[in-house]
Amino acid sequence: MIYLILIFFLLILMVGAAIYAVVQKDLLYAVIATGVISLVLTVLFYILQAPDVALTEAAIGVALTTIIFLITIRNTLRHEDEYSNKDKFKSPTK
Amino acid sequence: MRKFLVILILAVLGFYLFEAFSGLGLGFPRFEHGVKDYYLDKTVSELHVANTVTSIVVSFRGFDTLGEVTVLFLAVSALGSVLYKRRHDVGSRSILFASSGIVRSGSKLLFPAIILLGVYIFIHGHLTPGGGFQGGAIIATGFLLMLLAYENFRVSHHVLSYVESLAGIIFVVIGLLGFIDGGTFLQNFLPSGILNELFSGGVIGIIYVMVGFKVAAELTGLIYSVLHEKD
Repeated sequence: MIYLILIFFLLILMVGAAIYAVVQKDLLYAVIATGVISLVLTVLFYILQAPDVALTEAAIGVALTTIIFLITIRNTLRHEDEYSNKDKFKSPTK
Repeated sequence: MRKFLVILILAVLGFYLFEAFSGLGLGFPRFEHGVKDYYLDKTVSELHVANTVTSIVVSFRGFDTLGEVTVLFLAVSALGSVLYKRRHDVGSRSILFASSGIVRSGSKLLFPAIILLGVYIFIHGHLTPGGGFQGGAIIATGFLLMLLAYENFRVSHHVLSYVESLAGIIFVVIGLLGFIDGGTFLQNFLPSGILNELFSGGVIGIIYVMVGFKVAAELTGLIYSVLHEKD
């Protein structure tokens, strides 16, 4: 029973992180959210007695993919609508 | 016209999806006469391998593993060919800020431990959870840590490509050696040893060590080429 509640909570956390990653305009936060999805998925795989898959997910999903996305963001743009908003309305503060 | 074409394609796709899923018989126990009992039985009784997943991945479905490794190799080499332009000034990485002394000493301390963990995971792939892919990915994470902490940390691309090719060649040669007893590709030709010992399972351990080296070299090269890409 306690496992069922834990799995349910983790699934809700995963869906929430996924929705956040799609909605968020700041791509850095979105990438961190995808890392959180992989982290929760690792715990879920471990609970569901698949330690092999959990190890793969922990190494590739949490570490490598997140870091590669971070490097890509650093070399490109951080905000999703940086180009499209540039000429539409210029902010008076800048 | 285009809408009609899209609707036609969707209809054909839907029809074949329906065809595929209507014959499944969802809700009925379908795995009673499958190969699972064979796998679970032969893993312990014949191969003397403690980890059933490893025995399926490397021995029973070893050819699929070769295909997987090939797919990873193709993906990494495609990425390297896209990013291959500043190989001559390797070392000039775009750094936003230099890492602090704590990060440097900490990663220097952690790096051997991470490498050791990865090596442990792929050597003990047939005894404990994990295997070549997992161990290789963990080793690549260790190199990633060093590359992030030290801006002049170098990894030789030649060494990486030699390690990677050699591991792949040994994998295929071990697979071909299975033919010598009149067997099939990737036939287990070595003695299988005693259950739960390090030297058990015949060729499974050797293949997993090779897969570990291959994956580690590929992923390290991938991180290296991505990290050196600057605009």
